[in-house]
Formats: sequence, structure tokens, C-alpha cells
Amino acid sequence: MVQERERVLPSFSTTQANITREDGLIVYEDMVLGRLFEDKCAEMYYRGKMFGFVHLYNGQEAVSSGVIKAMRKDDYVSSTYRDHVHALSAGVPAREVMAELFGKATGCSKGRGGSMHMFSSEHNLLGGYAFVAEGIPVATGAAFQSKYRREALGDPNADQVTACFFGDGASNNGQFFECLNMAALWKLPILFVVENNKWAIGMAHDRATSQPEIYKKAEVFDMAGVEVDGMDVLAVRAVAQEAVARARAGEGPTLIEALTYRFRGHSLADPDELRSKAEKDFWFARDPIKRLAAYLMEQNLATQEELKGINRRIQATIEEAVQFGLESPEPDPSELYRFVFAEDK
Amino acid sequence: MDESCALSSASPNSLSNLFTFVLATYTTSLRQEIEMAETLLYNALKEAIDEEMARDSQVFVLGEDVGHYGGSYKVTKDLYKKYGELRVLDTPIAENSFTGMAVGAAMTGLRPIIEGMNMGFLLLAFNQIANNAGMLRYTSGGNFKIPLVIRGPGGVGRQLGAEHSQRLEAYFQGVPGLKMVACSTPYNAKGLLKAAIRDDNPVLFFEHVLLYNLKQDLPSEDYVLPLDKAEVVQEGSDVTILTYSRMRHHVAQATKLLDKEGIGADVIDLISLKPIDFETVGASIRKTHRVIIVEECMKSGGIGAELSASIMDRFFDELDAPVIRLASQDIPTPYNGTLENLTIVQPPQIVEAAQKLATNRL
Repeated sequence: MVQERERVLPSFSTTQANITREDGLIVYEDMVLGRLFEDKCAEMYYRGKMFGFVHLYNGQEAVSSGVIKAMRKDDYVSSTYRDHVHALSAGVPAREVMAELFGKATGCSKGRGGSMHMFSSEHNLLGGYAFVAEGIPVATGAAFQSKYRREALGDPNADQVTACFFGDGASNNGQFFECLNMAALWKLPILFVVENNKWAIGMAHDRATSQPEIYKKAEVFDMAGVEVDGMDVLAVRAVAQEAVARARAGEGPTLIEALTYRFRGHSLADPDELRSKAEKDFWFARDPIKRLAAYLMEQNLATQEELKGINRRIQATIEEAVQFGLESPEPDPSELYRFVFAEDK
Repeated sequence: MDESCALSSASPNSLSNLFTFVLATYTTSLRQEIEMAETLLYNALKEAIDEEMARDSQVFVLGEDVGHYGGSYKVTKDLYKKYGELRVLDTPIAENSFTGMAVGAAMTGLRPIIEGMNMGFLLLAFNQIANNAGMLRYTSGGNFKIPLVIRGPGGVGRQLGAEHSQRLEAYFQGVPGLKMVACSTPYNAKGLLKAAIRDDNPVLFFEHVLLYNLKQDLPSEDYVLPLDKAEVVQEGSDVTILTYSRMRHHVAQATKLLDKEGIGADVIDLISLKPIDFETVGASIRKTHRVIIVEECMKSGGIGAELSASIMDRFFDELDAPVIRLASQDIPTPYNGTLENLTIVQPPQIVEAAQKLATNRL
């Protein structure tokens, strides 16, 4: 049975939003980068410049930007097959993500990974994990590492936090429950961020789970669990800031369920036949970028001209990324075996 | 090993006597006939872990019952008292997740050692071992390395039933990026485990459940053995016998008899199952021109299957006879002791194969 009505999105008063002009513009720019980058991916895919499975993030930008921009650069991020925008928020240059999509040697994974396997050790991006839920244990391990350094090795600077992103589909997998248990048991510094976009390809969330309110699953692990309007970047940011502070203080993990929606099909190969027009209209009306833009202007934190200027600058960044990707060399065939073992630098 | 007594009383010349031999083995009480000396194999492994944990604070152990309980075969006994509960981490029974957790810890700079309480349980962690431990370095274009050891008791024990008597090498050998090592003596167990811990790649380290009580004098000074070098167990010029893990000891029983018959076996313990040390293997084949592979792994798609094919690829012109593969049967390991013994290779089969090859009676 498919859900007839939308879940009531948790309310968030903008008066609770405590964001400076500078941070507001950083978050805005990051969301625009995510949106325009993905639009360009669709164009390049249809023009035959990239191949394989390409899963776009349009509509969900508030989650990536809201969480990752509330973290430090030395914190860790793990993602799924829908990972381009998490990589961008984590600071991986757009040209390296685009070049990876083109399979080029200059890509962030040297052309070996592709759309679903973006990695960057420089940016503490633990990677895109293509099998559903398999990134959750890896992220839990990164969080364990922070605790290990701080407590077993006595390093006071080891207070890095890990943000682990995954979808509603993953929340029915054993690795999700196993890792919630271990993270709570050991009070690991981690944010489990569920991007509940209602659909695991064609499986409606309500048809796959006995308790659709995922954040409530934290409670049995004695873990903090919160739901948040995933279309409101300021709400996501506020929730993330609280969870990051809790993790950094050694007080344990948080399960954040962000209610969100993908504006496109599961992947560019998905005919998207199952989602109703009414459902799409409900969520299209909540575009997180338009919402933040309106807030910034209402609060006199930015003018329309400034925001347009950001859009133009990002568009130029993306054009440059495409150019870079197109002009970059293919991986050298003589290096087919490079990177199988650690000795290959 | 305990079967040697039975071996001398059973005629090895005919496979028809195998059943008699197997019965005799089954009814023989469990006795160790390896030279008794200083260190038991499981303590050699413990020494390796202890020394590496003392040497490098990034090294830690995790798994089921590795801490307070001391490990299912006491390999990590009392280490938590010395290193604390974070460095000897008792995990919940969640193999896939704690294996993935070790991958994440390794990617971010630690050097985890996973103990599979029984290596067979790691089938539950196959995805993390294959996709993330094995392939992630390549998929990430070299962004991350995964210094990880996955070790524990495996192989066919004594009537432990099918699930606890796995031959896993066949399943894992196809995974790119993994190294696979099998220890067979206290000496090589210690030196190889230390090397595996220091290696920057994921290493599957196979211990055999029936070898933990082997004893051997160990050097008192620090030593590390190369992970990629086979060990020449004995030299001979008539036939090459390639083996590993517990089957090394079955081969040793067979060669006692072959020596008496004047058949010189060149016995090589492969040690590294992936990659194979073809330099040592090749040198032996150039000498004997005849090969027997003796393994506990399953015949179909096992280590012997891969090895046999590679020998054809590399040394076909050196061979005077087809390679003989002695492997365990392609069946779930049966509980019944007689059937269990029939499932794995027994010394008389090795003797018979060597006699046939030596006298060109194939």
C-alpha cells in the first residue's frame, strides 16, 4: 500500500535559524553547485559523454549542504551511489568529479571509480558505496578511529566527526541496525543521515518497512533520533549542528531522518512511472534552493543580484569542469593494474 | 600428526585400502606426533599479535570474544588486560558490519586485525571483504589503502559439521586486491602473521583448526617472514608436491614412505595462495618435471585448479606427465567421521599418486 498522504513535515521557525550572511551564502552556493552540476550531468549523459548508471541528487541539496557545511574540513563523509553532490559539498573540486564521470585519469578516482565511486582522501571523502547500506559500516569504522585515537592513543585533537549518508532503502538492511547498535554502544562520533526520499527505485518506503518513521528506530538503541524537513537547509543545518556538537563532545551518535525528495527518477535510466503527479507537485513546491534564496533576501542577508551573481559564477565553474573533463587524458592502458595493491602509488 | 600410526599399518599401494586406512585413522585417538618443543602454534600467533601491538599503536584486534574470553582458540588470551578494551575490541555478532568497520578504520590510518571466530563465519562478511577490503583501493584510484588482516581458524576439523568445516580459499581467491596466506607451523605462523600485520594490503590469513597445538622451537629474537615466498619443505628430484596448511603434514607422512621406496619428493609449502610464488614452483618443476598438488580446498575452482591451469600456462614444456590434483570432494563436509576422512585427501592417496608418477604408470 502506497502512502496516501504526505507525512507532516516537522516545522522549523526561521527565527530559530541563526546563520550569518557569510554562512548563508556558502550554503546557498553549495546547493546551487549541486543542482547545476547534476543538471549538467543529465545533459552530458544524454549527449553520450558519460556512461553507466548515473543517479542524480536534484531536490535533495539541502541535506548534503545542510549537514556537510555544518562540519569541519577535517571531518569525514561517506556516501552512496548518489554521491556527486556529497563529494562537491565535501570540497572535491567540480572538475575532478566531472572528469571522473567522463572516466578520465584526472578524475577524483582516476577514472577507476565512476559515478557511484567518488573518493578523495584529501577531502576525507570516504567514498561512494554502490551497494545499499555497505557504506554504513565503513563510516562507523572511521568514527571508531576518531575514538581510538582520542581514547586509546590519548590524542586530544582526534575529535573528528563522521557523517554517513544513505537512503530510506538502506534503513531496512541489517548493516544499518548493526551499526546503530555498535555506534550507540561505543558512543561513536557519527551522524547517520537518512535521506528519506520515499522511494527505493520503485519500492515505496511504506511498502518496505513496518515503521516508516525511521528516526524512531534510534530510540531502541538508546540513541538520539530526529526528523527534519529535508527541503529546508536551515532546519537541516540546525539539526546537524546539534548532532555534530554531541558527537564531538564524545556524547555519541545521532540518527537524522531528513524528509526529502528526488526531483528526477532513480537514475537517468529510470522511466519514473510510479510516482504520482500530485506527489511530485507537493515536493517540487518545496524546492530548497528557492526557499533559502527567499530567506536570504527577506532577512536582507543577500540581494537578488548577489544570488544571480553566484548562479552565474557556478555556471562558469561547471562549464570549466566540463571543458577540463573533455580535455583530460584517458587513463594510460599501461596502468591497467595500477592501484590493485597498496604498493602502486 | 595423529594419522601416521595408521599410515604404517595400512597398505598405501591401493586405493582399495583407503577405506581401511580411514577407519583406522578414525578410531585412533587424537595424538600429536610432531616434535614437541617450546611454543604451541596458537601461542606463536599470540606472540606475533602481542609484539606488533607493542611495536605499533595503530594495530588493534577486533572480533567476537577476542577480549574477555581470549578468542575461540585463545590466540588473544589476556591481551585486553595489557592493551585495553579499545585495542582488543569485543564486537557484537555482526560479521559484515564489524568487517566493514575495520575497513573504515584501516582507510583512516589504523591497522585492524579481525579474528573470525571461525573463518567460515566470514562468509557473512563476504561483501565487505570483496567489495570494500579487496576492491576499494583500486576503485578509489589509489586514494585509500586498507592495511587489514583477517585471520582465524578454518579448514576441516574433527566432525565439526559442514558450516564449521569450510574450505574458503576457493571462494576468496577470485577477489582482486586480496592477499591470501596459509600458515602451517608455529615458526611460519608467527613470522607470517607479523608480516601480514605490517603489510599495507588486506591479507586473508588462514589458520587450520587442527594445527593450533603443534609445537616448535622458535627463535627468541624478532623475525618476520616474506608473505610471497613459498617454503621448500624437503628437496627431491623425482616429483614436485605442492601443498599448504594442514595438508603439508599429510604430505610429510606420505614422504616418509616414499623416502623408503627411494622416490624423492620435492615438497613445497605454497604459503602464499595469492599470489602464488611461481619462481619457487617453477624451479622445482624444471627439476622434477612431475607435479602433484595436495590441498584441502574443494576440487572445483579451488587453489589446485587455478595452480594447475597456471602450471600449464607457464611450464607446459617442462612437464613429463599431466599434473595430478588431489583435493577434497565437492560436497559439504559430512559430520560422520569416516565420511569426513573420505572427503579430504589422505596420505595413502599421495603415496599412490607419487608412485604412479615416478614409475610413469599413469
